[in-house]
Amino acid sequence: MTTITADHHGDHAHGHDHDADHKPAFFQRWFMSTNHKDIGTLYLIFAIIAGIIGGAISGLMRAELAEPGIQYLQTWARFSDGPSATLDQAYHLWNVLITAHGLIMVFFMVMPAMIGGFGNWFVPIMIGAPDMAFPRMNNISFWLLIPAFALLLGSTFVPGGTGNGAGTGWTVYAPLSTSGSAGPAVDMAILSLHIAGASSILGAINFITTILNMRAPGMTLHKMPLFVWSVLVTAFLLLLALPVLAAAITMLLTDRNFGTTFYDAAGGGDPELYQHLFWFFGHPEVYIMILPGFGIISQIVSTFSRKPVFGYLGMAYAMVAIGVVGFVVWAHHMFTTGMSVNVKMYFTAATMVIAVPTGIKIFSWIATIWGGSISFKTPMVWALGFIFLFTVGGVTGVVLANGGVDDVLHDTYYVVAHFHYVLSLGAVFGLFAGFYYWFPKMSGKMYNEFLGQLHFWVFFAGVNLLFFPMHFLGLSGMPRRYPDYPEAFAYWNGIASHGYEIMAAGMLIFFVNLIWSLAAGKKAEGNPWGEGATTLEWTLTSPPPFHQFETLPVVD
Amino acid sequence: MMKVKSFILAGLLAFAPAMAMNGQALAQNEAAASVAATPVDADPKSSDPGAPADSADANVANVSAAAPAAKVAAPPRMKPTEGIGMPRPGEITLQEQFTDTGRTARWLHDVMLVPIITIISIFVLVLMLYVMWRYRRAANPVPSKTSHNTVIEVVWTVVPVLILLAIAVPSIGLLADQYRPAPKDALTVKVTGYQWYWGYEYPDAGIPEFVSNMLPEDKAKANGEPYLLAPDNRLVLPVGRPIKLIITGADVIHSFAVPSLWVKMDAVPGRLNEKSFTIDKPGVYYGQCSELCGARHAFMPIAIEALPPAQFDQWVLSQGGTLKGGTAAPAGQMGPQQGSALPGPPASDAGTTTL
Repeated sequence: MTTITADHHGDHAHGHDHDADHKPAFFQRWFMSTNHKDIGTLYLIFAIIAGIIGGAISGLMRAELAEPGIQYLQTWARFSDGPSATLDQAYHLWNVLITAHGLIMVFFMVMPAMIGGFGNWFVPIMIGAPDMAFPRMNNISFWLLIPAFALLLGSTFVPGGTGNGAGTGWTVYAPLSTSGSAGPAVDMAILSLHIAGASSILGAINFITTILNMRAPGMTLHKMPLFVWSVLVTAFLLLLALPVLAAAITMLLTDRNFGTTFYDAAGGGDPELYQHLFWFFGHPEVYIMILPGFGIISQIVSTFSRKPVFGYLGMAYAMVAIGVVGFVVWAHHMFTTGMSVNVKMYFTAATMVIAVPTGIKIFSWIATIWGGSISFKTPMVWALGFIFLFTVGGVTGVVLANGGVDDVLHDTYYVVAHFHYVLSLGAVFGLFAGFYYWFPKMSGKMYNEFLGQLHFWVFFAGVNLLFFPMHFLGLSGMPRRYPDYPEAFAYWNGIASHGYEIMAAGMLIFFVNLIWSLAAGKKAEGNPWGEGATTLEWTLTSPPPFHQFETLPVVD
Repeated sequence: MMKVKSFILAGLLAFAPAMAMNGQALAQNEAAASVAATPVDADPKSSDPGAPADSADANVANVSAAAPAAKVAAPPRMKPTEGIGMPRPGEITLQEQFTDTGRTARWLHDVMLVPIITIISIFVLVLMLYVMWRYRRAANPVPSKTSHNTVIEVVWTVVPVLILLAIAVPSIGLLADQYRPAPKDALTVKVTGYQWYWGYEYPDAGIPEFVSNMLPEDKAKANGEPYLLAPDNRLVLPVGRPIKLIITGADVIHSFAVPSLWVKMDAVPGRLNEKSFTIDKPGVYYGQCSELCGARHAFMPIAIEALPPAQFDQWVLSQGGTLKGGTAAPAGQMGPQQGSALPGPPASDAGTTTL
């Protein structure tokens, strides 16, 4: 008994040393971090850097596509393939660019920002927990991303078939990715996906454990903020989908290096097997990217309307339904692979079902605003933009869901327009909304309201000009992943490239705002948003103490 | 084995003259273009322009007597009609359709889907603009606390379900339509995707595989055809007869796509995918590879030349093929495919290749 008492005293003394705001030294704090807020910050910084790279790559692509003909690719190819780069190597570079843009934006921008960044920062706080369940695993989740990203970027400098880099598309379809791409580039890209996948699986386990076990007294599942619900559903999707990707790309690796023939018909395999496995992961993946955005939008709409979320349970279970149905619709990405009529009918019908829970969410957001008292602060403006643009992206999804109609739209720019409306204008609008919403909380400084609004309007105009004409290009038949196109597609491609310029100007405003606000922003109060902000993060100071909730809050 | 070898030999021989006659063939095209309107209904050089099929038969009859003299000439290369079977500049809709399933599908898209999604988007936009104006803080300083309304929640669940059902019924019907198997007498053509060109083979007519490469920019322009859409050798098909394409890939996955016929089918190595349709108007219908297949993915276009049946038969004979019923062009009479501008080895090389 005495020993225990002594131990207790020891603990107590220890506790005094580490009061809420005692921070470790720089290296220990940022490189050996176990603090969910610091790791969240690291994730956000990482995502911003990756976003700059991925966004710059799309700028290269829009420059090349601004006019028919090959204008720049050969010049750029000299950087990656040496001064004697051939035209074929230039074309290969195009495929490297589309591959890198897709992989970077999916795995190294949207996912780290949504789940690693905002999830890490706010899930523990919103459920009244002091930290994540496994703080060291949280740290390795982040640090795994660094070698993963380095491998992907490094792959562009080693041979990958016709030229340097992996030119397989982000889907890495066999046999283009096996017998079609000699050299180590594709192996490096696959390994990069393996490591990024491991990082996400560890993160998912951490979130599920945290949310299920570490809620404050009184915080039942049905009282959790919708952002926490969205991360919980996302974490389950990650946990179930990523191992399938890992299996699929492991078989790619063995097909490439050890003579197996999982995806080679000549050895009894089937290239379609890869596509089924990939999309069994790939379709949930698109919900992984958008669901946390749904959660963020719900918090913001409620806060700035000063009203509780309308139909809370419907909202939560709509996300669960989207997650569940999201696992049984994958082959709508494969409508032109030659599947049987019954399979195609099933996937057409199943895919359309997803529109129902999505519709519930859209209407519930509007109903949340209905009767509210709206202030149009920057986060709210982004959220409203999200709701409309996501609707536009959603309805073109209903068009594509029809297998018979998809026959002509599949692999055209219509698909590119659709998924950029739900991701680039959906997920990314959600990210910006969340960033402006939580920036005062994370940094302790207010952002500049005028620059925030300006960023929204310029960005809004830019992305719509950029992506809406792609519907027209797709309808008239322009295939995806083309560095050059017939004269007839010149008009809308030119418009789209101008849209990119406007969008880029919008991003410039964002970075000016970011730097200005960090350096000279007004000090933020604990709750800058007023009575509408009811979740737990607004009960803390801005920024929150290094360790929050050492005494657990009680939720009634 | 012998048969296979001779097929390959025949294929090579078929190309030899094509290469030798490049200039001539192109000149002929230009002549055809200036003389005849689309669809071209007769070969201007043919002795009996009114009835190409008959003349073909007659030629065959002659041939048996004097072998080298008579030769079935291929119909002249059809000139495409601007904006038909290809995208139009600044176009915002689907391409005009030339198959039944294509028209049905386009109807579903234009008459059902586009209006429905436009109405939904505008409805959401109007609702949003209304709430943004009506419930702005200045107009409504005290928010309501309503957070449930079972009736409205049921409505916005059930109404979308009904809309989706309304879409699903014709959509499923369209799928059944598209998968209706081709009749027994359908013309079978095997389409093979290669890095980075297409191969076409007519097993029914006994025409061995020939390949289709993209025309370089100057040649396409000289032909009056859209660059990046125009290949040298086209896939020649009959109008009004059911067609069954057997599509496969030789190396990686390609996708055979012709938007104006509502055709898109992946060419997967190790698989034979089938696509059936009937073209209802003569014309040139362009398409492009639609599955990422490597460096020159954007540079392996597709062109289908749909000919009236009689001219199609003439074309088959000109290629040394057999018509149904056993009429065959004599051996050694395999003419060039129209207007070949295949960049390749000199004719003499191909001609003297020994197998």
